[in-house]
Amino acid sequence: MYQAIVFLPLIGAIIAGAISLWGAARRYPGGETRHGAEDHASHPVDESHTHGAPSVNASSVIHHAHDEHQEHGPAAEGSRAAEVVTTGLLFVAMVLSWFAFYSVGIAHHPERVSLFTWILSGDLKVDWALRIDTLTAVMLVVVTTVSALVHLYSIGYMHEDPYRPRFFAYLSLFTFAMLALVTSDNLAQLFFGWEGVGLASYLLIGFWYHKPEANAAAIKAFVVNRVGDFGFALGIFAVFMMLNSIDFDIIFAGAPGLTGKTIDFFGLKADALTLICVFLFMGAMGKSAQFLLHTWLPDAMEGPTPVSALIHAATMVTAGVFMVARLSPLFELSPGALTFVTFIGGTTAFFAATVGLVQNDIKRIVAYSTCSQLGYMFVAMGTGAYSVGMFHLFTHAFFKALLFLGSGSVIMAMHHEQDIRAMGGLRKKIPLTYTAMVIGTLALTGFPLTAGYFSKDAIIEAAFSAHNPMALYAFIMTVVAAGLTSFYSWRLIFKTFHGEPHDRKHYDHAHESPLVILIPLGVLAAGSILAGLPFKDLFAGHGVEEFFHESLKFGENNHILEEMHHVPWTIAWLPTLMMALGFLVAWQFYIRNPGLPIELARQHAVLYRFLLNKWYFDEIYDVIFVRPAKWLGRALWKGGDGWLIDGFGPDGVSSRVLDVTRNVVRLQTGYLYHYAFAMLIGAAAFITWFMFAGGVR
Amino acid sequence: MASWPILSITTFLPLAGVAFILMLRGEGEAAKRNARWAALWTTLVTFAVSLVLVQRFDPSSPEFQFVEKARWLSGTSNYHMGVDGISLPFVILTTALMPFCIAASWRAIDTRVKEYMIAFLVLETLMIGTFSALDLVLFYLFFEGGLIPMFLIIGVWGGPRRVYASFKFFLYTLLGSVLMLLAIMAMYWNGGTTEIPALMRHGFPHTLQTWAWLAFFASFAVKMPMWPVHTWLPDAHVEAPTAGSVILAAILLKMGGYGFLRFSLPMFPLASADFAPLVFALSVIAIIYTSLVALMQEDVKKLIAYSSVAHMGFVTMGIFAVTAQGVGGGIFQMVSHGIVSGALFLCVGVVYDRMHTREIAAYGGLVERMPLYACAFLVFTLANVGLPGTSGFVGEFLTLLGTFKVNIPVATLATLGVILSAAYALWLYRKVIFGRLEKPSLQHIRDLGIREMAILVPLVALTILFGVYPKPILDMSSASVNALVANYERAIAVKRADLSLPAVRTQQ
Repeated sequence: MYQAIVFLPLIGAIIAGAISLWGAARRYPGGETRHGAEDHASHPVDESHTHGAPSVNASSVIHHAHDEHQEHGPAAEGSRAAEVVTTGLLFVAMVLSWFAFYSVGIAHHPERVSLFTWILSGDLKVDWALRIDTLTAVMLVVVTTVSALVHLYSIGYMHEDPYRPRFFAYLSLFTFAMLALVTSDNLAQLFFGWEGVGLASYLLIGFWYHKPEANAAAIKAFVVNRVGDFGFALGIFAVFMMLNSIDFDIIFAGAPGLTGKTIDFFGLKADALTLICVFLFMGAMGKSAQFLLHTWLPDAMEGPTPVSALIHAATMVTAGVFMVARLSPLFELSPGALTFVTFIGGTTAFFAATVGLVQNDIKRIVAYSTCSQLGYMFVAMGTGAYSVGMFHLFTHAFFKALLFLGSGSVIMAMHHEQDIRAMGGLRKKIPLTYTAMVIGTLALTGFPLTAGYFSKDAIIEAAFSAHNPMALYAFIMTVVAAGLTSFYSWRLIFKTFHGEPHDRKHYDHAHESPLVILIPLGVLAAGSILAGLPFKDLFAGHGVEEFFHESLKFGENNHILEEMHHVPWTIAWLPTLMMALGFLVAWQFYIRNPGLPIELARQHAVLYRFLLNKWYFDEIYDVIFVRPAKWLGRALWKGGDGWLIDGFGPDGVSSRVLDVTRNVVRLQTGYLYHYAFAMLIGAAAFITWFMFAGGVR
Repeated sequence: MASWPILSITTFLPLAGVAFILMLRGEGEAAKRNARWAALWTTLVTFAVSLVLVQRFDPSSPEFQFVEKARWLSGTSNYHMGVDGISLPFVILTTALMPFCIAASWRAIDTRVKEYMIAFLVLETLMIGTFSALDLVLFYLFFEGGLIPMFLIIGVWGGPRRVYASFKFFLYTLLGSVLMLLAIMAMYWNGGTTEIPALMRHGFPHTLQTWAWLAFFASFAVKMPMWPVHTWLPDAHVEAPTAGSVILAAILLKMGGYGFLRFSLPMFPLASADFAPLVFALSVIAIIYTSLVALMQEDVKKLIAYSSVAHMGFVTMGIFAVTAQGVGGGIFQMVSHGIVSGALFLCVGVVYDRMHTREIAAYGGLVERMPLYACAFLVFTLANVGLPGTSGFVGEFLTLLGTFKVNIPVATLATLGVILSAAYALWLYRKVIFGRLEKPSLQHIRDLGIREMAILVPLVALTILFGVYPKPILDMSSASVNALVANYERAIAVKRADLSLPAVRTQQ
């Protein structure tokens, strides 16, 4: 069963990929231009070529500034088959995952399925294996459910795109990589899934490869993630150095023995466990777009909206949270690393929320919101409340996917307009989408009894209960962010669905989405409400120990789950208060007195620009990393290789030699044979010498 | 062992093809076609024969296998051949890639086809000989002899600046060979034999080790190539015909790494330990420096050439870490790089044959007309980036893992290369493949033909296979690698004991 869950999406990806390549090969004839055939004008194939292929010039003429879809051509052959196969297989995997969730989480039958050996070198042994415990089961359910719904949604959302087989192949490939990640049994396999989802993310962000911004965003996502992976890799190496294995079972068993040991890192006597955990966490920061390594996530919105929902909201970006939970036996032993996690989480929660306040692109607002919510999850991890972090991951997957897919529905209704300033009043035109978005917003802001209410409040309570200064910092940050979240979420709703329409033409043509899109919205909306209360006890209550068993490790002194139930009621209600406050301010700003925000922005122009430009992170990184790297590359190439090494090395010598040779033999007559001949003579002399020398001895 | 000299057959079979091509008369189309087919069949049969080696090879033994010995040069040095787990992967790599090279030259080479095919077949013999020679003199002949056909391939069938490129290649290698020759003589005087297995057990005095190590290093570092003697490589690659680049990147560069494993480590362990910091420093510089330089390249082949230097940096670093993972990973990385960089050069060849330019700026949006090509190129690009699941990952991961145990700063700095490689490789891919197809010259470019598919598809399959299941290569080399590491550690331990003994005595 577990093999089926993991490999069905891969099979789907391969089938859809084959359909895509087959169609492409039929569309564009192969073969090599022979000499003489380069005279295109007379080439008979040309006719069919310009007709069959989406003509470049034609499509660039009708291309709108805000148009997400740039390509309108005949659909690739087999599009329907690719959609049906991948979506069908995903639904099968989803059903199996819920069975797995029951069998592992409720009936307690964790399992380890060994497939075959991957790497065997010296004392390093790495297997391909599936590790199914409760932690994995939760992720399986999240990943396959959201992925199946997104597949279904994409059938509607992408119906105009000519390259659907490729799109569905990528989606399924992503799902496979994500499943490989969550089922990994060792750090190398985790890394495989980790980079695999990175690849799929790269391909999907750059799906519309005509758009320069999409290509740039795709590369940025991959490279920034690689910065995180740099740390991740070092963490793996350090684990292997200290414990001679990278298998989870072995390192978890060996980790307590590392307390007190140090690693000499560039002369710094670092605590071994802290160093390892901080390195590994760097990977998590990259993948989960945490403060400092977050810059790729907003740009990733260049990809199609279903991708944003699946990868950049519900699943891939939560891989970092999953990683910390999975490695909780290591992190639990390192208070230093946990403090760092708390700091990064708290900072991200606040930072991303502030940026979200002023953005105007509907998807970017939701993206910053994702970034901020991931910060919440890390705060939970940092305070040792791993199951609570997983709880928020679980609920967040539903309501954030809902918000993204809802945004997609809005974007479709608005003919691919994404700027909320051009929207307004849409609630009458697309009431079902509106309802779904409101439900998602309620859950996100933590309206009582919705899913987000339970998980988010639990995090804030955990931050309050953990007795260290950093947790207090995170507590303040998350409470403030709760208010900001409420504000920007309602701002989005009000500007999009309420008030007067700003773009009459688009408004008049707006229409509700088809059923394939509304069904996933409905399911996710139900999840956004129901994923909270029934699961509260399992994730944040007294059922945690029984539910998670060995898959999460709580140290002997870790009583956070107990203590968080005893916070004063004032604290427990604080997030709800903040939510109400945020709502009221948004209402005041965008319904009651729409002139107010403009006035405010004018008064605080510097702050406004600072937030609008996302704290100038892109600009700063450009100045301190990108430009120096380019400058250095050019300097080393021209100066180092060209001037220094070649100039004083071979060029200096060879120019002399060339001068001489030119006079001796003509270039055409094979000076090279000359050298070859010299070589042979040398070899002959060598052999002769040996024969005589040998004879002498 | 085998009742028939299978290793010699593998080595010299290409010469039979040469003899056949020499017998062909005329210069017409028919003669060209015959030469091509003769070369292709020769390489295919050679590959098939070499597979017998794999099948009969006993991977659990670190000893030399298929050993053949015959008196030669009045007994001073013998014709002595054999392979172990370190050399066999390279022999197979050579025989496996040759058919691709011949196929890649099918249409691209239209002048002096007979001579071209002869050069390649002679080169194959010399390369296999280099990897299977068990006698220093024999090794030297094969090793240096291999340069001659390569000179010719670059110099006769190369690009416009072939004169410059071949001179540079020549000057660099000349320096190394002269020094290596001197070292070989010194080793003969000291060890009394030119038999490699005997010399591996000989135990040279420390001073001789130092000088011989440096002399060998001069030769192998150029071959590798290591920073700062790498500048011949980009030029040689740019000027060489596609198949020449493939052989250069895939096999000739590996001779340097093979030399370190066959000579430097087992014969001069003490000097290797002394000079390991030097090699580490050069490797790290190579990885970061050439990756940065690769970022700024404007020529597709140059970019790949610089990335080759960076990848070879991982190899040298891993080898001189002398851990099972470092050395095993180094061998794996060399094989993997042989496949991947060879394939990348073949990919460049595909568009070069169509457009006759290697300028990155001359391309863009190829995916619109060449989806199959884009797909194959993507796989190799990702392998170059070292994505897990491709063969590129396993080698990089193992070398870094093995080095981290020995030297943390070196491994840490080298890991930075992982970020840079992603940047330059994806940038190249974006510039060539993605974007809008706007250049009029590209409007009618056609996707891969049958012949090109036959070349690239098996390489795609191998890249992914060895990424998911690297066991065949790792297993083949593991016994020899473990023996190598054990011998090295023993030599170092003995030396340490010698050093500490007098100290103990004075204390008493």
